[in-house]
Amino acid sequence: MTKRLDPNGGGSVIAGLFRNQIFIPFAALMLLAIFNLVADPSFFAITLNNNSAGYPVLSGQLITIIDNGSELAILAIGMTLVTASSRGQDISVGAAIAISGSVLLRVLCGTDTRPETMQAPIIVGFIVAAAASMAFGAFNGVLVAYFRIQPMVATLILFTAGRSIAAWINNNELPIVPGEEFKYFGGYIPGIPIPTPFIIAILCFILTWLMLKFTNIGLYSQSVGINEQTSRLNGLNPELIKLCTYVILGLCVAVTGLIKVSRLSTINYSVIAKDIEMDAILAVALGGNSLSGGKFNMAASILGAYVIQFLTTTLYKFDVQATALPAYKAVVVIALVVFSAPVVREKISRLAKKLRAPKTAENHA
Amino acid sequence: MKLRKLLSAAASTMLCMAMVAGCGNSAPAATQAPAAPAADNTASSGKLIKVGIINNDPNESGYRTANDKDLQKTFCKENGFDASFAYSLKNDEQITAAQKFIQDEVDYLLLSAADTAGWDTVLKDAQTAGVKVILFDRTIDADESLYEASIVSYMAKEGQTAVDWLVGQGLDKYEIIHLQGVMGSAAQKGRSGALDTTAKEKGWTIVTQQTAEWNAEKAQQIVQSAIDSGKSFNVIYAENDDMAKGAVAALDKANISHGVGKDVIVMGFDCNKWALEELLAKNWNYDGQCNPFQSSYIKDIIDTIESGGTVSQKTIIMDEKGFDASTITQEDVDNYGI
Repeated sequence: MTKRLDPNGGGSVIAGLFRNQIFIPFAALMLLAIFNLVADPSFFAITLNNNSAGYPVLSGQLITIIDNGSELAILAIGMTLVTASSRGQDISVGAAIAISGSVLLRVLCGTDTRPETMQAPIIVGFIVAAAASMAFGAFNGVLVAYFRIQPMVATLILFTAGRSIAAWINNNELPIVPGEEFKYFGGYIPGIPIPTPFIIAILCFILTWLMLKFTNIGLYSQSVGINEQTSRLNGLNPELIKLCTYVILGLCVAVTGLIKVSRLSTINYSVIAKDIEMDAILAVALGGNSLSGGKFNMAASILGAYVIQFLTTTLYKFDVQATALPAYKAVVVIALVVFSAPVVREKISRLAKKLRAPKTAENHA
Repeated sequence: MKLRKLLSAAASTMLCMAMVAGCGNSAPAATQAPAAPAADNTASSGKLIKVGIINNDPNESGYRTANDKDLQKTFCKENGFDASFAYSLKNDEQITAAQKFIQDEVDYLLLSAADTAGWDTVLKDAQTAGVKVILFDRTIDADESLYEASIVSYMAKEGQTAVDWLVGQGLDKYEIIHLQGVMGSAAQKGRSGALDTTAKEKGWTIVTQQTAEWNAEKAQQIVQSAIDSGKSFNVIYAENDDMAKGAVAALDKANISHGVGKDVIVMGFDCNKWALEELLAKNWNYDGQCNPFQSSYIKDIIDTIESGGTVSQKTIIMDEKGFDASTITQEDVDNYGI
């Protein structure tokens, strides 16, 4: 059983804040916010305008951030659980999004790539897509849990083959979903000025919160990640729990896929959700979670995801030269990670001191 | 160990399956190929010509899909060819594939290189082994003597055609959002180059110049960012159709009108069928072609060589068009859409 880290030792409020894991992404967010405030306060302007369909929508850089960051935040939920339980990351989520999106389009468009009307209700399409991506999640989970292959190696299979499978599902055609309703998920529901992806994300957060509160999946996946043997001795089934986390990630992938495909009503197998797996892993890391499993803080991961989008939007806003963009991003990420490192190190050394005296700290150096 | 082998076998089977599926045979798009010589001198001799074709992944883009279908259709058994295909977006994997084809003693090696550099050695090997190399779609940095011919799109010309069209629009002011492809790719260089030069000459304002890496979502975010920052613009110059589509999504959200006679001019490249339909509906203004149908050109060259002739031109530039929304017809959409 894991025990929550006691903020003991007479820490003041500030020390407690520092010790809290969510401090890391929060500080990063503040840093970015202050930078933008100093450089150009209009960054924070939010306006209410009509879109071309005539409905009022909110717009502004902040809205763009919560809009586009939501997919990543939803993925970060699943990735955090997978990281905690299996002590590794799923690098196939981008490819899995392509598959799930492709299945969705296949169901909605049927065999015709340019149908006049949708061939099936959206909910049916989504359920089929979710089933497919959970099946692929289970495939990864079985490899990791029962065959004991390292997560990164196991998911490499789908990472390599996924986009080709996605293309194959639709016969390498690029179907286009007709109708306005399908665009709601990646855009706006008429009359509601908040971007739908953010609403979906909030729903996912609430569901996750309920799941962590009323089921033991959070506790179990942490204990499996910390010590599989002990968990087994305590009557848990580590394999099943790992598998569960991968299936949950599969569901997150399906939701993300729905939003991504809905944004443009179509798909491009090779570029949809490109490199998103790295951003999802980065979100988990920015949340101050150990990438080698065990304890996690879900809220910190989610905040980490929005920090990444905040950074991206900031770089676009300041017209950073196209060729230099990845370099800037790398510099900021390095800065954030280094910034967060001593805190993590301090935490770990304290945790290590508690558990047993020597040896643990150097693993994380 | 055993398990690992099993897994890798499973993975490669999956890859192969996907590949076969990727090269699906229904080819509605490849209708444009000019009539190939009907009398096939190679088929009559009874022996199939062995060709090894190295291409980029057909899932990369609509262009590549059309390109691959076109090649599959032309280099089939009925036309007297025994073709093997290898796909990769990575140069080193392509080079490995090329070496394998040379070992398999193919007669012709058709190559669309992922990267321009690093091909000298393998092409020299090919020459020694008597394999004739024909480049298509992409050029490489190697001596001309190492290949028979190179059939390419001239990206700079595509860009120039588009920019000339833009000049012809005679706008009062030019404030352009420039969405670039993956930096360093031939298409990006050619299409950006033309705009950069002309913008400098004519004093046009480039409001935003950013790479969206051929990606619609990124393009949407970039244009969204420009709108949110209150920048004024009246032209979107996107270097492919996907990015133009993403840009339009951002415009729609902000209720900025676009298309023929509207506030913002939308320009794309590649002539996807759905993009040309946007032109037909006057939602976009211009789409530049990037001709993916090289196979008939390649076949002409092979026929010439097989019948003992010599190829007069090393570099063959294909015909490419630019479509204007005010003049495009349904026929154009059917013929040139990929």
